[in-house]
Amino acid sequence: MPHRWSRVARSPLGLVATALLVAVAALAALGPVLWGDAAEAVDTGNILAGPSAAHWAGTDNLGRDILARVLVASRLSVVLALLAVAIAVVVGLLLGTAPFLLGRRAGRLVSAAVNTAVAFPGLLLALFFAVVFGVGETGAVLAIGLAGAPAFARLVHTLVSGVAARDFVAAARVAGVGRARILVRHVLPNIAEPLVVNATIGAGSALLSFAGLSFLGLGVQSPSFDWGRLLYDGAAALYLNPAAALAPGAAVLLAGLAFNLVGESVAKGLGIEGLGVAAAGRWVVPGGAAAPATAPDPAPAEVGEPADDVVLGVRDLAVSFPGPSGPVRPVRGVSFDVRRGEAVGIVGESGCGKSLTALAVTRLVDDDARVEATRLHLLGTDLRAAQTTADRRMLGTALAVVFQDPMTSLNPAHRIGAQLAEVATHHQGMTRGRAAARAVDRLDAVRIPDPGERARQYPHEFSGGMRQRAMIGMGLMGTPALIVADEPTTALDVTVQRQVLDLLSDVRASDAVALLLISHDVAVVGEVCDRVLVMYAGRIVEDLPAAELAGARHPYTRALVDAVPDMDTDLDEPLATIPGRPVDPADVPAGCAYAARCPLADARCRGEDPPLRADPHAPGRRVACWHAGEPLPPSRVVRADLVQSP
Amino acid sequence: MTELRFEDVTVRYGRTTAVDGVSLRVPAGKIVGLVGESGSGKSTLARAAVGLAPVSGGRITLGGEPVPLRGRHRPLQMVFQDPYSSLDPRRTVGDSVAEAMPRGSSRAERRAEVERLLELVHLDPARAAALPSRLSGGQRQRVALARALAARPRAVIADEITSALDVSVQGAVLNLVRELRRELGLSILFISHNLAVVRYVASHVAVLRGGRVVEQGPTAHVLTEPRHDYTRELLAAVPGGTARRSRP
Amino acid sequence: MTVSVSAPPPPEVRRGEGNPWLRFGARRLARLLVSLLVLVTASFAMIHLIPGDPVRGALGPTAPAELVAARRQALGLDDPLLTQYARYLQGLLTGDLGTSLSSQLPVSDVVAQRLPATLQLAVLAFLAAVLVAIPLGVAMGVLTRRGHGRRTELAFTTGSIVVATVPDFLIGVGLVSVFGVGLGWLPGAGNDTAAAYVLPVIALAVGPAAILARIVRVEMVRVLEADFVRTARAKRLPARTIHLGHALPNAVTAALTLGGLLLGAMVAGTVLVENVFAWPGLGSTIVQSILTKDYPVVQAIVLVYGLGVLLVNTAVDIAIALLDPRSTIRED
Repeated sequence: MPHRWSRVARSPLGLVATALLVAVAALAALGPVLWGDAAEAVDTGNILAGPSAAHWAGTDNLGRDILARVLVASRLSVVLALLAVAIAVVVGLLLGTAPFLLGRRAGRLVSAAVNTAVAFPGLLLALFFAVVFGVGETGAVLAIGLAGAPAFARLVHTLVSGVAARDFVAAARVAGVGRARILVRHVLPNIAEPLVVNATIGAGSALLSFAGLSFLGLGVQSPSFDWGRLLYDGAAALYLNPAAALAPGAAVLLAGLAFNLVGESVAKGLGIEGLGVAAAGRWVVPGGAAAPATAPDPAPAEVGEPADDVVLGVRDLAVSFPGPSGPVRPVRGVSFDVRRGEAVGIVGESGCGKSLTALAVTRLVDDDARVEATRLHLLGTDLRAAQTTADRRMLGTALAVVFQDPMTSLNPAHRIGAQLAEVATHHQGMTRGRAAARAVDRLDAVRIPDPGERARQYPHEFSGGMRQRAMIGMGLMGTPALIVADEPTTALDVTVQRQVLDLLSDVRASDAVALLLISHDVAVVGEVCDRVLVMYAGRIVEDLPAAELAGARHPYTRALVDAVPDMDTDLDEPLATIPGRPVDPADVPAGCAYAARCPLADARCRGEDPPLRADPHAPGRRVACWHAGEPLPPSRVVRADLVQSP
Repeated sequence: MTELRFEDVTVRYGRTTAVDGVSLRVPAGKIVGLVGESGSGKSTLARAAVGLAPVSGGRITLGGEPVPLRGRHRPLQMVFQDPYSSLDPRRTVGDSVAEAMPRGSSRAERRAEVERLLELVHLDPARAAALPSRLSGGQRQRVALARALAARPRAVIADEITSALDVSVQGAVLNLVRELRRELGLSILFISHNLAVVRYVASHVAVLRGGRVVEQGPTAHVLTEPRHDYTRELLAAVPGGTARRSRP
Repeated sequence: MTVSVSAPPPPEVRRGEGNPWLRFGARRLARLLVSLLVLVTASFAMIHLIPGDPVRGALGPTAPAELVAARRQALGLDDPLLTQYARYLQGLLTGDLGTSLSSQLPVSDVVAQRLPATLQLAVLAFLAAVLVAIPLGVAMGVLTRRGHGRRTELAFTTGSIVVATVPDFLIGVGLVSVFGVGLGWLPGAGNDTAAAYVLPVIALAVGPAAILARIVRVEMVRVLEADFVRTARAKRLPARTIHLGHALPNAVTAALTLGGLLLGAMVAGTVLVENVFAWPGLGSTIVQSILTKDYPVVQAIVLVYGLGVLLVNTAVDIAIALLDPRSTIRED
């Protein structure tokens, strides 16, 4: 954790802000000591003077030096602001945690009250309280503190709810830990960082609000003075000496900025949203592991020249992202072809690069990624080249893409029909009316009942399975030669998964459409596809017909097939397990990436990365292993985790 | 050896009925699989059993007594689906496990117990000092199991505990569940949407749909001779379970 | 394509019964009424929360006891609290806001005379803020989307924080001293000419515009990474259609959800700005009234401001509902 904070201090903005805040604190501590006398020295012979060498910001109506008064006022201004923010934080914490402690009913009442109060701006609340508590320092501290409390209460409530919804709180409750104890042990530590950040920003706001109240004459009263009071006096004489107003104004501003910028830069460094909209998600620290500067280049692909019926041809595809210590390459040299009407599956565990491969071949990776390939052709068009309008039209109509999460893949603000019709108006030159009719026709084709009515609905009115069918229908607006489906059924229930897989099969059957199906589920890929590519650590380790999965030759593929129970698994034997954990793309070892987890690995495997070669014993199959097909040692003990690989 | 029993349990949220009169028995020392799709009420049933959801009808008993939902003694424990959410990121593994232990033991006793439990779930006892961020998903799920065991439960509910895991570690967790039943004689309600997984660990299975149990019985029986249409539909939907589909 | 239905389709989920718009309207109206009741009650309670005798406080310690008693009676402060509350509500419904303690004029006249200037200022600043912030935020979002414009992002973020930190009254003082006093280009006080509107509107609009632009940028960047934008890219739509057709409505909805309160706050922001520019509106009146303890006027103006805020918030909610069909079914 400490290094995250030091990272904040190292950013240029954070550095400036921290320096500024230290200066403000020093001034507040020392100002009255150093310039206290000068600020009170009356010089009736020199009243309301403009800036001069003796008085840099001029003098006030008693001839006192304004600059000295501004410096002295720093202590009162900062102290009052801190008092006010302390009130806001304490009251906010009480109100914000109350719903968690009080339970459902009473809690709902408290949060409803807070929500109503938040709707009214702080200044209005401050004026209200200023009337109640009376004009003056105490009244203003209470007014600004209480006015800030609802916003804080809401922030605390949001943060607490975020943490309370997580399972570790439920687990603690199931273990019999009381609510108050859960709050102290589990909830507060997890919301402390955003709270501190927002309290810092709150201190800046309180400082400025205080200046505002004093400026209206409702805050600090003579003979005391804070920056706002000096502003009030200075503004009265604005036409005689602008510096009298600008000097305290600048001081307020710098101090307010110091608090705000420190808060904002800490928030940015820690990944917290500022503006009181803190996200209570996981704060994942990017792995510090250094990536090898130059990953070993994969051996050139051993795939011949693509044949005529190839829809998608990929050679030596690599994708890299800029990482904290050099580029990270999650995809490291992938070569394969998809032929007309063929269904090819890519399987592998999370992080193996399969989804990124799908995005790269469809040219949909994020802008900060770098995609390299010696060949990347779709229907004869080179996808590596800049895309012309004609290319875009070809891609828009000949390539259909289906994503994993149907809940988020459709635009929530547009009607389903319009989202389909868009393809036709942009790429096929249809009028809006014809495109809309085509959209209804396509929804019908993907078995959406009552398609005319459904086309006018929004995505949130569709179930998950229907949305996924609508996505497929969107791909069918043109005449696709290839459908790329990235985990299209992972988010769906099994019966709905079945329907979507059936639909994809029917689409393929009717028009000889090729399919590239990405999945973590060997069973799904084995059932739907003709050919399976198994990926591990950014490379294809085996390429085999789906029907021959049971006779796989790469030890990883064999383990993957054996680890998943199916309806015929022997109930008397323990399931096969793969020790260790998948390779971190930022830290790919030399040699075979699977060696650390492989029962067959030897010195050669750890030193030399096996290329993906055509299998001499089985035509049409490729495998990347020095020990392909060798018998595995008898099933390893389950205790594998005790001997953890790093 | 304790039986966990749901008798005509109903859970309502406002006007929606999530669980509708479910009666279910987890015999002592057995694993019962609870199968159903999203929205079928299976997680709600689990949460109701441990007091995280309000029971509006029926009763849930453990060894004939109502499940205690107050105080420190909690003989029914639950393991959650998402191992990334079920461990407090700011507390060590040892802390999380120790928190669930019954009160009244010394610091040294607790430490020894944590080590024993971690070994029981095949984790290096030295991991007790680690924060969850240092562990993989499979390891976290073992810690979650250890925490549940720390409360000395007589029955455990496992709610989709392998669905957030990669396939390569799923097998290890399933092996562990079978082992824990065998060695500790726990009664386990094992919730999953995956029929093949349930078939592997559970001796009995219940099929839940729309908050109601539509079929239950011995696993071998229900999965080979399903009587309810919905069970048949589920079975037919298992990938790889039927003939390969036709292709052009 | 021929369709063979193999399994019976699952029950499709159709959410919500009845017209979602009707239910949304009813819920929103109920919330408005509750807030209104809270507001009215708070403004009524204000005078009773003041420690000690507010009339004695207003008239000063030297005022004769008979005068205090007479004034208390005139204000009805000696009646039971509930009677006073009922009378207050009745007064509000009939437009009777009481009588000013200092000028003896009906408060409703004071408000009616002062309200238009404040309303003009608030509406103009509101429009200026929205019209500047949304295009600026969208442009910045596109320029600084993932993998682009790191420096632009740093400059914009820092700049907007700095600008947003400057309180409106300071901007006002700065503008007056530069353009009013120093250069003499624009009037620094009053609302007699069209030119006189420029500086106050800028002073009031700059801060909220900076924050709103920042929110819009963050939302735009977030939305541009959303799955449905990737879907739009997969449809190979032109960049303009993706940014303006697909990303913008979602970004603005989210930005308004977060920034809506900001626009409401501008109503109250007029108080400070009016005092800087000697603007003859409610803001300068309320401050004078607080200082002279003219409580009926303070009460009425607090009520008017609160009402303004509630109306703006409701308008923002309706705008969001129009932009995002989901929000009509979202429970509070």
